[in-house]
Amino acid sequence: MIDLAVVHLSRMQFALTALYHFLFVPLTLGLSMLLVIMEAVYVMTGREIWKRMTQFWGLLFGINFAMGVATGITMEFQFGTNWAYYSHYVGDIFGAPLAIEGLTAFFLESTFVGLFFFGWERLSKVGHLVVTALVALGSSLSALWILIANAWMQHPVGAQFNTDTMRMELTSFSQVLFNPVAQAKFVHTVAAGYVVGSVFVLAISAWYLLHGRNVEIARRSMAVAASFGLACSLSVVVLGDESGYMASENQKMKVAAIEAEWHTEPAPAAFTVFGFPDDAAHTTHAELRVPWLLGLIATRSIDQPVLGIYDLVARARTRIRSGIEAHAALAALRLRPEDAAARALFEEHRNDLGYGLLLLRYVGDPARATPQQIEAAAWSTVPDVAVLFWCFRVMVGIGLALIALFATAFYLAARHRFLRHRWFLRAAFFSLPLPWIAAELGWVVAEYGRQPWAIDGVLPTFLGVSAVPAASVLLSISGFVLFYSALAVVDVYLLARMIRRGPDGLGYWTE
Amino acid sequence: MPDYATLRLIWWLILGALLIGFALMDGFDLGVGASFRFVGRTDEERRALLEAIEPVWDGNQVWFILGGGAVFAAWPLLYAASFSGLYLAMFLLLIALILRPVGFFYRNKIEAARWRSLWDWALTLGGAVPALLFGVAFGNLFLGLPFHFDELRRPVYTGGFFGLLHPFALLAGLVSLAMLVMHGSVYAALKVGEPMARRAAAVGGWAAAVFVAAFVVAGIWVTNGIGGHRIDGVTDTLGPSNPLLKHVTVVAGAWLDNFRSHELLWLAPGIAVLAAALTWALLRAGRAGLAFLASGATLASTILTAGIALFPFLMPSSSHPDQGLTIWDASSSARTLAIMLIAVLVFLPIVLAYTAWVFRVLRGRITLESIRGHTGPY
Repeated sequence: MIDLAVVHLSRMQFALTALYHFLFVPLTLGLSMLLVIMEAVYVMTGREIWKRMTQFWGLLFGINFAMGVATGITMEFQFGTNWAYYSHYVGDIFGAPLAIEGLTAFFLESTFVGLFFFGWERLSKVGHLVVTALVALGSSLSALWILIANAWMQHPVGAQFNTDTMRMELTSFSQVLFNPVAQAKFVHTVAAGYVVGSVFVLAISAWYLLHGRNVEIARRSMAVAASFGLACSLSVVVLGDESGYMASENQKMKVAAIEAEWHTEPAPAAFTVFGFPDDAAHTTHAELRVPWLLGLIATRSIDQPVLGIYDLVARARTRIRSGIEAHAALAALRLRPEDAAARALFEEHRNDLGYGLLLLRYVGDPARATPQQIEAAAWSTVPDVAVLFWCFRVMVGIGLALIALFATAFYLAARHRFLRHRWFLRAAFFSLPLPWIAAELGWVVAEYGRQPWAIDGVLPTFLGVSAVPAASVLLSISGFVLFYSALAVVDVYLLARMIRRGPDGLGYWTE
Repeated sequence: MPDYATLRLIWWLILGALLIGFALMDGFDLGVGASFRFVGRTDEERRALLEAIEPVWDGNQVWFILGGGAVFAAWPLLYAASFSGLYLAMFLLLIALILRPVGFFYRNKIEAARWRSLWDWALTLGGAVPALLFGVAFGNLFLGLPFHFDELRRPVYTGGFFGLLHPFALLAGLVSLAMLVMHGSVYAALKVGEPMARRAAAVGGWAAAVFVAAFVVAGIWVTNGIGGHRIDGVTDTLGPSNPLLKHVTVVAGAWLDNFRSHELLWLAPGIAVLAAALTWALLRAGRAGLAFLASGATLASTILTAGIALFPFLMPSSSHPDQGLTIWDASSSARTLAIMLIAVLVFLPIVLAYTAWVFRVLRGRITLESIRGHTGPY
């Protein structure tokens, strides 16, 4: 049987290490792009100040980059250490984008990042700019492959269960590659990373302007961050990845949970702006609703309904009953692969095998499941509505606030009026944590909202864990928490120290 | 497209190539990491040694990351069984590897002696611990690991962390640590100015001697003392990946079966010993450039020796030998292997080309004079 303590600890460890890793990834994505813009201006105008800007922000980029690399190593190996059954069950499909990420993206980023720092005197101006651009390209490509892998967990296309090997196997690589969820996710996530980079530059520059230091560099940095940030923050919201959410049942369930839509409404559905979802009573208190809006956002139409949680649970119940048949047929095939009747039965119900596996949490043999256990399994397909509802709203709220911030910054930059509006500089500085909060909440919505599935409709999360002792996982999770916390202190300390010194205070490259 | 058996064989070769690439590239910066505290005595000397690897360690490390990704994609059962089985050893390895990026980027940011000494220790551990653990892992492959599969085909590991510290595994760890310290020292002798180059050459000579001794003892041990695994009957090399269908007997000395049936393969361990001796001689003669080639040959032939001995096993099981993983019964589907092969054939040459270009741009010795002008761009 599965040890639920190992499940909880492994989930917690994955969530902590992934969320921690993603504190550094978006800043790498965004800052590398901003470095390219600044250095391009240097190459085009030949003005030394743009080179010093590139080097100063590059220094901060490096401190952050180290943490991104360090915490990324954990992610690559954690599937094997803590999610061994998952790795065996879907490695045939899921491993490929991870390996290609190393081959096409991580190599590119990591090989050229050294030259970014050590190549200023060894390369021509254009040569160095190309190196910087390759670092930025590498980090964005890296995100592409990781999101292709992640999108397959949300919407597993191009794969089928093989009864000989007892695992999922690839049937169409192009379907995995061109997964609609992957495309929506990539644009949304990378643009969010660019926003993080832009807010970082904007906030620190505002701090310099407030203190009247490094004014020339800060003014220019703000202008770059304002224009790039405005474009990217608009992209994040307009190209939100909710469009990809209609692709599958679980994604529909995620939308229903985000909107706390307990019952299907006639199209176009109303949008719940505010309320208190009650997971126990299956209802939402104190709702404030805007007619039509949800139907428009979710289906981009006025005639398609958005399915409610009750209807989706009913569908899950049907699929669980079918999954029981699939599981029984598979057990028969395991003993006698030549059993034709079992094979026919399996073929009929194979798409619901994952729903049958959901029952393994409640009963050793799904065929013996009681109606109560089936009911519990059906309702287990509903993620935590209150958490999703609020995380999504805070994320969107921050997204909208950042658009306003960048629009104001853009207006002030165009009119060269930063110094006259100290209230804005203060607002910009205090916005520093906002994009990180939004990015982390975005992952909570995407991944916590994927529960109870590791692979939507295919493999329940609890089943994916390794057969390791709970004590080992407890040891590793404690180790990671302690070690990562210590590194966080050092990282923030170094960043703050370098920022306080500022480009003028650093003797590094001033001639 | 080649048939399933050929694809599996090609992927075994690719895995070997990635391991060799990792040892050749990341091996030298791990080796410098493990030894720079002793080769460099003042802060300036250490900075020069570190600057020899700072621009390239990150790209080098991707050989390791890619190795992990390739095992996931091509041998998912191996990825699942080995990493979950070696849970705490992997945790230790990850912590050691995490120390490196932060160490490199943070060390020079602050001048305080205690700060630098702290990161110097972190980088030393970050170099030595992985170098040692890789060998310990390989040693345990020769011994077999206690694991089997349950009814869901989940890998279940029944040993603990300390079970990995068998004397033979520790000896294998010494082989790999000595090998990578040798490689790193040769690189330092080639890349860094005096007096570090001279000291590095001396360390490299000692490491080469330790390597030869440990490698020979390990070879004798494998011949006489350790049970090798042998598949009974004919192997279905084209069948679906199911590790539960074969019978395996464990016989002392069976790890030499492949060498006995193909005598030409004895060249691999032969070259490993000779090339290490040559590395030692060339270092003494002050020919660091040639020594680097000899050291590289040592690494490649040592990994080949281990691979040939274990072939076709990837991860033998000591508790349930029949369920050990081989290249024929632990691979991905033929489709995935074929697609990944195309990806490797297209992209790996591009990687090699730009890596070569980067090393060319960074050519030249790092001397105490050359680092005095700046505080280091990292």
